[in-house]
Amino acid sequence: MSNKMHIKLTVNGEEQEFLAEPRELLIHTLRERLDITGPHIGCETTHCGACTVTLNGKSVKSCTVFVAQANGADITTIEGIGDPDNLHALQTSFKEHHGLQCGFCTPGMITRAAKFLEENPNPTEEDVRFGMAGNLCRCTGYQNIVKAIFATADELNAAKEAAE
Amino acid sequence: MIPAAFEYYRPTDMDGVLAILTEHGDDARVLAGGHSLIPMMKLRMAEVPHLIDLQDVSGLTGITVEGGTIRLGAMTTQSEIIASVALTEAAPILREASLQIADPQVRYMGTIGGNVANGDPGNDMPGLMQCLDATFHLIGPDGPRYVAARDFYEAAYMTDREDDEVLTAVSFDQPVGGYAYEKQKRKIGDYATAAAAVQIVKEGGKCTSASIAMTNLSDTPIYSEEAGAALVGTVVDDAAMDAAVAAMLGDIDPTEDNRGPIEFKRHVASLILRRAIARAWSRA
Repeated sequence: MSNKMHIKLTVNGEEQEFLAEPRELLIHTLRERLDITGPHIGCETTHCGACTVTLNGKSVKSCTVFVAQANGADITTIEGIGDPDNLHALQTSFKEHHGLQCGFCTPGMITRAAKFLEENPNPTEEDVRFGMAGNLCRCTGYQNIVKAIFATADELNAAKEAAE
Repeated sequence: MIPAAFEYYRPTDMDGVLAILTEHGDDARVLAGGHSLIPMMKLRMAEVPHLIDLQDVSGLTGITVEGGTIRLGAMTTQSEIIASVALTEAAPILREASLQIADPQVRYMGTIGGNVANGDPGNDMPGLMQCLDATFHLIGPDGPRYVAARDFYEAAYMTDREDDEVLTAVSFDQPVGGYAYEKQKRKIGDYATAAAAVQIVKEGGKCTSASIAMTNLSDTPIYSEEAGAALVGTVVDDAAMDAAVAAMLGDIDPTEDNRGPIEFKRHVASLILRRAIARAWSRA
């Protein structure tokens, strides 16, 4: 059955148009069709969170969304959050606090953390752990990830205060 | 992890949905958040030649609290339930249970309609809806139909919903008294080893009514009328809790799986129910 449909997405501010089968998973669209390889495939079963992207303002696991469902959506991946010459505060903070070791989970971790801090700029430690519970890391033991997110919250709040 | 091919539809009204369901019968399924159905399709345990995405269908969203009745549109997500101040004031058990479902990413997508209509005994909302004596709103080619949550579940993935019907909303009377949703799971994202939904009313120091339902301890959620009855007229002391737990154990029928053998599940169910009753009573 070849039933390709016309898909239009905005990914990191750029419009993308192509034909795809509706069953294509969004993570495959991003990585294989659009060459946006920041979101990773860890488990491909909705558990690990390495494929986390922001879809219409929600953190979602892009291995569990058909491209057809995302048709018309606005998507942000780690590439849209920061780049090597212009790191996001979370990226700098993960680096400084050793919030990563192998780095495989980091794109999903930071994409989720960015959305989390947007929704809760003054979290408690429990809030951070609960809000990040959909992202698995097999290296760090999470301690330094939590530290990095806390430090970022302080930094972003201080910057906001300074601006006001 | 690539599902079989399917035709995709994204109608904008319920007539459009029903027309496709009528034409294709059980070859068609509706998709809400997709976080139960898509994993099954990826594993090829579910084959859906005609997939109807409900995201653009009008009239399926929104939480209303009005005149003592609470209504949630089927496409209301768990994260919307958690964020709703009005709902949390009126029925805090919804938020308490929703926070224990899966993880943040899944809660942005997972809906109450999908959770109750799918018929998975591991889902948390069916037991909760039975505890609250909720009504499920269905619509089919012959018009709307209303089914009590306590009559809806027949077996795992088998419900009273016909293939050409869609669940559009759930509604229930605003609960009174103390509440608790208590869940034991192996890790974040897992289904319950055992979970209990409890609502208790206390008057003059005694329990005047109690409603108890259990999750993932049979092939359907279990509303245990006798467990609730065991608490009525008591001061909810140890003896009353023992009686309620014994009644509940008489109603459940767990099976052995990777969450443990039957005896373990009965043990966990007892502990979880005891905790849920104690917490609900302390809030009553």
